Amino acid sequence: MKKPFDLHADYQPESFEFNKTFKKAVKEMIARYPKGKQQSAVMPLLDLTQRQVAEEGAKQHPPYGGWIPRAAMDHIAELLGMHKVKVYEVASFYSMYNTAPVGKYLVQCCTTTPCWLRGSDKIVAATTKHLGIGMGETTEDGKFSLMEVECLGACVNAPMVQINDDYYEDLTPENMMAVLDTLSQDIQATVGSQTGRRASMPSSGPTTMQDRAKKAKVV
Amino acid sequence: MLNDKDRIFTNLYGWESFTLKAAQKRGDWDNTKAILKKGREWIIDEMKASGLRGRGGAGFPTGLKWSFMPKEVGDKPHYLVINADESEPGTCKDRDILRNDPHKLIEGALIAGFAMGAHAAYIYVRGEFYNESSSLSVAIHEAYDAGLLGKNAAGSGWDFDIIVHRGAGAYICGEETALIESIEGKKGQPRNKPPFPAMAGLYSCPTTVNNVETIAVVPTILRRGGSWFAGLGRDEKNAGTKLFCISGHVVNPCNVEEEMGIPLKDLIEKHCGGVIGGWDNLLAIIPGGSSTPMLPKETCDHIRMDFDSLREVGTGLGTAGVIVMDKSTDIIQAICRLSQFYMHESCGQCTPCREGTGWLWRMMKRMVQGNATVDEIDQLFEITKEIEGQTICALGDAAAWPVQGLIKHFRPEMEKRIMEYRKMAA
Ligand SMILES: Cc1cc2nc3c(=O)[nH]c(=O)nc-3n(C[C@H](O)[C@H](O)[C@H](O)COP(=O)(O)O)c2cc1C
Ligand code: SF4
Ligand code: FES
Repeated sequence: MKKPFDLHADYQPESFEFNKTFKKAVKEMIARYPKGKQQSAVMPLLDLTQRQVAEEGAKQHPPYGGWIPRAAMDHIAELLGMHKVKVYEVASFYSMYNTAPVGKYLVQCCTTTPCWLRGSDKIVAATTKHLGIGMGETTEDGKFSLMEVECLGACVNAPMVQINDDYYEDLTPENMMAVLDTLSQDIQATVGSQTGRRASMPSSGPTTMQDRAKKAKVV
Repeated sequence: MLNDKDRIFTNLYGWESFTLKAAQKRGDWDNTKAILKKGREWIIDEMKASGLRGRGGAGFPTGLKWSFMPKEVGDKPHYLVINADESEPGTCKDRDILRNDPHKLIEGALIAGFAMGAHAAYIYVRGEFYNESSSLSVAIHEAYDAGLLGKNAAGSGWDFDIIVHRGAGAYICGEETALIESIEGKKGQPRNKPPFPAMAGLYSCPTTVNNVETIAVVPTILRRGGSWFAGLGRDEKNAGTKLFCISGHVVNPCNVEEEMGIPLKDLIEKHCGGVIGGWDNLLAIIPGGSSTPMLPKETCDHIRMDFDSLREVGTGLGTAGVIVMDKSTDIIQAICRLSQFYMHESCGQCTPCREGTGWLWRMMKRMVQGNATVDEIDQLFEITKEIEGQTICALGDAAAWPVQGLIKHFRPEMEKRIMEYRKMAA
């Protein structure tokens, strides 16, 4: 569960503006939708905000991750001609918009039944122990935040977690720790399956399309 | 078992590149213009003849659905909306299409859009699929650059645009009217129907919402003929091929394209290396994504995987997300976790759903411990009946069904848990 949206929290900055690169992206996003329907761009703009904040946050000490300050929501409301409260409503409805600061690496552990059947409890236990934080908390160095989330649509590669934009799949407590250790040094970890299997293929090898598999040097 | 020659998704596992050149080698975009030149009527008739039913969960006949769009485009534009929200626990097939075979979806969008008089398609991709929506966007760019989208798409004389709209974490946005609200820049809460989207959908314009897999199989069906597709599967109402996602307690969980109507046991033994510990170690299977009621082992022994076979035994094919549970599973906890899911994902606008999903979860938590009375099992069942059919969208039903399935097949287990708890407490 994400932290509640607090309009007046002391971490809320006074103002927000998109930087040059993001301004261009904002314009492109608005132009995607029909004339007069610019409100449709509210979700892409919230996402862009979170990405700009993440880029800036990564360079700070302590670092932090992408979140959406209230000032940004107000700015978006102005850009799109919406009531502020309508933007707040959207920002707080969707679970991926962080309306309060988070760590540089947001670790989202899937614990829904298919992942649970494959041992997500063990991944959660090892992760909380390794990072020394509970769900909804952030490490002191600002690097990691931890969240429990619902099915991420990768159930045949369970158990799995999402960290920022990437999925890490076919996890064991050991390979999960390796991922966290790599990220803690700010090195990109290998995304996807941690056991090296191709996407959603059976891990013992393909049961279909044998000829293609040979050609693609999968077997 | 499905023959490789009848396989639609030949790059399901991403062995080859997802990009245009590789996709064309696999047969995508092969003279799309010729298909469009045959006209709308022909396309819709051929889709009807194929027997394709929607792959998003409800199984509504696709050709028929398209024919509900107004025949003539009036002053309001028509829209195709493609549902890539994929969030039903147990389901992860659309993800493979987006990342490994996106050109099938893009070509399908052009054909489907043309058949319903739409010049634009919106593809709503769940927000967590960031990398998948990036691959899709790359593929869309390639299609524009090659003249396959945009003005005079694929030389057909039809202008067609595709816009990717990313969600941001809300299962409910998979419901088609919530999805439309979300594209319009609002929170994703389902609309009351009627009006149905075919009359007033996106921006109040005629709209058809289809699942990713539904649209992605269209080009192949039209190239090989509706009768080819109809000839695969159990019968004309349960036709064609289908992507199955098999998760949980099997040796090799995987996605695989198989023939509609494949025996469940074959699916698991041929593609997944069997149930962990052998078939006799099987406890129960959820056949079609988390909302479909589970099947006890006895039924799994012989059941076939198609819409009607599963309906006959009181469950459904849903999204074909097969969740396998062996005898080590705490079956009450497995369902309790789903109750938590539906409570978390309720959008909150109908009282039976908002309140009822919370009740279900709290009672289920006590059932897991056994801290309940036997009468409360009946009460729990009654609550599911109070929710089912009483809400704006089917999330209420989706929350009710798994609990009903548990009570139907594992009531003795629940009673045993209650007795054990009493013994412990005494
Ligand atoms: C709560 C809820 C969630 C849904 N989630 C999805 C989804 O993630 N993907 C999907 O294609 N359909 C989903 N559906 C079904 C859609 O409303 C719709 O029926 C479907 O997209 C139609 O496509 P089809 O005819 O091609 O199957 C959901 C329905 C409900 C009630
Ligand atoms: S049934 Fe639940 S999810 Fe659907 S509209 Fe009602 S409250 Fe929202
Ligand atoms: S349950 Fe974890 S990805 Fe589906």
